[in-house]
Amino acid sequence: MQTLEKEKVLEVRDLSVGFISHGKKVNVIRNVTMDVYQGETLAIVGESGSGKSVFTKTFTGMLDANGYISSGSIIFHGEDLAKKTKHEQWKGIRGKRIATIFQDPMTSLNPLLTIGYQIAEVLMLHHGMSMHEAKEEAIKLLEKVRIPDPKGRMNDYPFQYSGGMRQRVVIAIALACRPEILICDEPTTALDVTVQSQILELIKELQKEYKWTTIFITHDLGVVANVADRIAVMYGGQIVEYGTAEDIFYTPQHPYTWALLSSLPQLGTKNEPLTYIKGNPPSFVNEIIGDAFAIRNDYAMRIDHVQDPPMFKISESHYAKTWLLDPRAPKVEKPKIIQNLRERMKQAAIELKREVGE
Amino acid sequence: MKKLFNFKKRDAKTHHSHEKVGLLSKKHTPENANDPIVSFKNVRIGYKRGNVERVIVDDLNLDIVRGEIFGLVGESGSGKTTVGRSLIRVTNVSKGEILYNGVRISGKISRALSREVKQKIQMIFQDPSASLNDRANVDYIVSEGLRAFHLYEDENDRLEKVEEMMRRVGLRPEHLKRYPHEFSGGQRQRIGIARSMIIKPEFIVADEPISALDVSIRAQVLNLIKEFQKESDLTVMFIAHDLSVVKYISDRIGVIYNGKIVELATAERLFEIPLHPYTKSLLSAVPIPDPRVEKVKKVVVYHPQMHQYTHDDEPQLYEVEPGHFVRANSAELASYKEIIRQGGNK
Repeated sequence: MQTLEKEKVLEVRDLSVGFISHGKKVNVIRNVTMDVYQGETLAIVGESGSGKSVFTKTFTGMLDANGYISSGSIIFHGEDLAKKTKHEQWKGIRGKRIATIFQDPMTSLNPLLTIGYQIAEVLMLHHGMSMHEAKEEAIKLLEKVRIPDPKGRMNDYPFQYSGGMRQRVVIAIALACRPEILICDEPTTALDVTVQSQILELIKELQKEYKWTTIFITHDLGVVANVADRIAVMYGGQIVEYGTAEDIFYTPQHPYTWALLSSLPQLGTKNEPLTYIKGNPPSFVNEIIGDAFAIRNDYAMRIDHVQDPPMFKISESHYAKTWLLDPRAPKVEKPKIIQNLRERMKQAAIELKREVGE
Repeated sequence: MKKLFNFKKRDAKTHHSHEKVGLLSKKHTPENANDPIVSFKNVRIGYKRGNVERVIVDDLNLDIVRGEIFGLVGESGSGKTTVGRSLIRVTNVSKGEILYNGVRISGKISRALSREVKQKIQMIFQDPSASLNDRANVDYIVSEGLRAFHLYEDENDRLEKVEEMMRRVGLRPEHLKRYPHEFSGGQRQRIGIARSMIIKPEFIVADEPISALDVSIRAQVLNLIKEFQKESDLTVMFIAHDLSVVKYISDRIGVIYNGKIVELATAERLFEIPLHPYTKSLLSAVPIPDPRVEKVKKVVVYHPQMHQYTHDDEPQLYEVEPGHFVRANSAELASYKEIIRQGGNK
């Protein structure tokens, strides 16, 4: 497979993250192992509370004060990020080599400072530019993210920008440092569909130019289909399945991935209720025994309630963590609704007057 | 503190029974089955700042038929929420009128009528955490409407009704003593729905009820709204920005751009033959969960300048085929009609 020849930029080994809440230790990330390759777009998908944000926050040392890495390592260019505890140690990495774009651009920009200053600030800090140089460069960056009339809008404040434009500004700030890894934490959830597709397009184009690696966090599989090379599905603080985008969409193996796919409203037929995932995501307060998804899983076997399944290899690129792949397990069929996903989606594309793709 | 949110126990006899006014009620007869329940007539809505009025919605002519789910789609700032809010009398109409079962409910109306509007038309909001009172328990939140309209006989009856509604939306009666922050987003939206549905409204304005929710929970909330609509003969105005969601749930869809309806058709027809360039642009942006389709996706961007409207040829909403309206000038109208005649685009 192609991905194997690529260079790894980030190697996460056996990572566990805990939080101390009400004097109790709660394990939120449980033994996650994952590689991120140079130049790819990796999407991490899961419901709220699956731990996807916490997982990526460890890459930039931005865990909340009551959170800590309890075991494991994150190797980034030979350095173990998991060992960094002090603020100073993150200098030159956080924001510079690994940058993050957050969900709500209004809360990540300072409402009291002009857009121009907020971009220039980053350039002065990380590249040692003078104010004058930095402002020149900031105009260029705003142009890059297609803000109309960048010179005139430099002195505007965040509230004078629309939601989509603010997100573009945040991208410009991330660009300013030329990061090696860009983490996008639900960057389009708060935006309209039309604006969303423009922002995704922009991130994709800039990635081609700057050749960074994108880690994309979302709960919406529909968004992921557009951007992702590889997809990791997260549930209950673990990665339960990962593979190329085609692996996940066309031959998903984990019952949770099945459930996520079948609950997409795009797959609904009129006058039939939509399928959905029963129950709630697990709370981490009590220790999870066996497979975290077992209680909500229609395909759960007795072993799922007793023992945590290992990661099974399906192909060079595709892995899933479910007992269904054990040779002793009975053969089960995927839910009907996603069996012919490709055909259905082709149909949907034709209805929307879109190209089908090969 | 806690007592503030407990109701005084009252008997049926002590509170004077409110007579049903019935100003807005209409008998169902086969003849009026297709009469609109709500109609907007030449509505303009604007916000005044000093003497300057900023027009948010203009030239709105719209009939919503009893029992349908009407989808209203547009981007942020298009005025879709304003339309919904004008219905529940939160925003004022500056021109034109809104009729409910033929009775005017916009502008100055009697108190009794205004009261009845509030019972007949209920709203479900986008952000369930912002629209629920954090300091009140679920029991209080859900039964607030019952109390306001005296829709219960005594305390036992009220509790029974509330518990029944909780079960109906998939929550448990023991949840009643809890507070909104103890619930997940999806559960909070269920509480919001229960609160609206308990006073048995005829019309629901659902303003982006699922945008703030996880995908897996969206399906549950959509199902719930659809169930209610089927069972209680409810009419729903479903406001959203995502056409893929609206397609599933609505009977008819109106596309709104910059305060004006640009296209209006049945859900099937709108997807079959989208005419207005803005509708096409919205359709092109719908994410399809298929990598191969998405990789060749071309998003059509809509520029309002492309129309080249002149002053003597202002665009209007025309009916190009039965039930299918599109905003166009005369030249565009001719081309749209041609497309319809040929039975589709291309």
